[in-house]
Amino acid sequence: MSAVMITRKVTRKWEKLPGKNTFCCDGRVMMARQKGVFYLTLFLIVGTCSLFFAFECPYLAVHLSPAIPVFAVLLFVFVVAMLLRTSFSDPGVLPRALPEEANFIEMEIEAANGNVMAGQRPPPRIKNVQINNQIVKLKYCYTCKIFRPPRASHCSICDNCVDRFDHHCPWVGNCVGKRNYRYFYLFTLSLSLLTIYIFAFNIVHVVLREYRNIFEHVVSLTPHCTVLEVLVCFFTLWSVVGLTGFHTYLISLNQTTNEDIKGSWSGKNRVQNPYSHKNFIKNCCEVLCGPTYPSVLDRRGVMLEDSTRPTPSDASAASTYKSTNPVSQTTKSSAPLIPNEHTPEEAKPSIGAGTQKSTSSPKEEKPPSPTSPNAVAPAVIKESAH
Amino acid sequence: MSSAPRTATERTKLPYCHESFHNLQELRHSASLANKVFIQRDYTDGTVCKFQTKFPSELDSRIERTLFEDTVKTLNNYYAEAEKIGGQSYLEGCLACLTVYLIFLCIETRYEKVLKKISRYIQEQNEKVYAPRGLLITDPIERGMRVIEISVYEDRGSSGSSSGSSTTSSSGR
Repeated sequence: MSAVMITRKVTRKWEKLPGKNTFCCDGRVMMARQKGVFYLTLFLIVGTCSLFFAFECPYLAVHLSPAIPVFAVLLFVFVVAMLLRTSFSDPGVLPRALPEEANFIEMEIEAANGNVMAGQRPPPRIKNVQINNQIVKLKYCYTCKIFRPPRASHCSICDNCVDRFDHHCPWVGNCVGKRNYRYFYLFTLSLSLLTIYIFAFNIVHVVLREYRNIFEHVVSLTPHCTVLEVLVCFFTLWSVVGLTGFHTYLISLNQTTNEDIKGSWSGKNRVQNPYSHKNFIKNCCEVLCGPTYPSVLDRRGVMLEDSTRPTPSDASAASTYKSTNPVSQTTKSSAPLIPNEHTPEEAKPSIGAGTQKSTSSPKEEKPPSPTSPNAVAPAVIKESAH
Repeated sequence: MSSAPRTATERTKLPYCHESFHNLQELRHSASLANKVFIQRDYTDGTVCKFQTKFPSELDSRIERTLFEDTVKTLNNYYAEAEKIGGQSYLEGCLACLTVYLIFLCIETRYEKVLKKISRYIQEQNEKVYAPRGLLITDPIERGMRVIEISVYEDRGSSGSSSGSSTTSSSGR
């Protein structure tokens, strides 16, 4: 332990995060892997607006009002800002459980399920929770090894559990969840306004030109760009305005797209939405004007790689995991605690740190006593209204 | 409590004390991790961040029930303050929207300010209450706001390397 490994390059935590996200700008930007459609969205918006500014705006500014292009620029800036904010921010990803937490939950589940006969399928891993006097079922996520909080869902494209999961949007190249839903809504709303604006002024431009031409007996061909813009706007209108309307409806009921598709709160026999305030204004205010939640993924935190001071989670996680693995495999039936890409400490390539950790870890740790978690587990798993 | 007792005789007078628990530094050097207890979220009031105040049985012999409940209740109050939807959050939201959310490059959000307060509070609680009893609380933000992780230490008397929990880890959010 006297050899000190000095890492030349600082490793940040985003480099070791599991899941299928891509990160840019040293962890500041977080997106899904498939970004092709996002580039298309950006191209369509920027392209159409450029044509509008280049061809329509000079004419309209002179013949109608200079306020028209000014307002268009403001709207365009807002749309692009909202798009980038939605695409680049963390939607509310829940980090996966570290091995000790995963073990703790496994032991709770086993204690709650009791003895399962060999060959019998174990019961599904569900926890019942009472929220505002409604019973809500929390499902267990086998990938993240946690019981998903209410309204969270696992995105298979990004391979992450996302809090208040709405949907995965390929157009913005990211999931839409708790942290970026309001930016997504403002993006669709402002894009609708921008599309309507450009569409309307294209029509005005065409009408004005043709009117003047008829008056002055001049033949002119409407520029091809105007036709192109009108086409793009026409098709965009139907989809984006419809989407904005749909999300306005969802916000007024405080529902997510995911819940709407699954029909969680609809139907007579189902529970009523426990998150809705039953008031349109309150629901809107909560979703759009609520607090700005921080990201719980520490993307830019520095991973400690020097051998003199291993991070506590590294050594304890690695050794606790290794020591309890044989125990859990004998009692587990359906989901063995298999190593996955999550345990970054084990996957670290640094040789010096690796050998140092393996020699020091058996000395300092002992496996957690098997009796105590079992005693507390039945009490913990049965959640009820307090 | 201003500081933990320093001499061995003073330490043994503490009701919930195991031989030699003192301050955070000594905890790191002379103790080893025995167990971790996880305090789960309480969802009865919805998706607001709130933790269960039920006293876990593993901590029965380690800390007084009232001290533990006070800590959790204070943390719950802090989170409620951060997530409160009222005049201030509306103002912050509208102002941010008007500036296209660029204002957050300059100022901190209310939530971030409260998180700093929480971090200081947990640090203080660890130093004054938990470390002398051989316990260490991890800030919930480092566990995705899912659990409050309490590490339980036993004095091994061996010179193992540090295994203290990461309350002071760097975060670049």
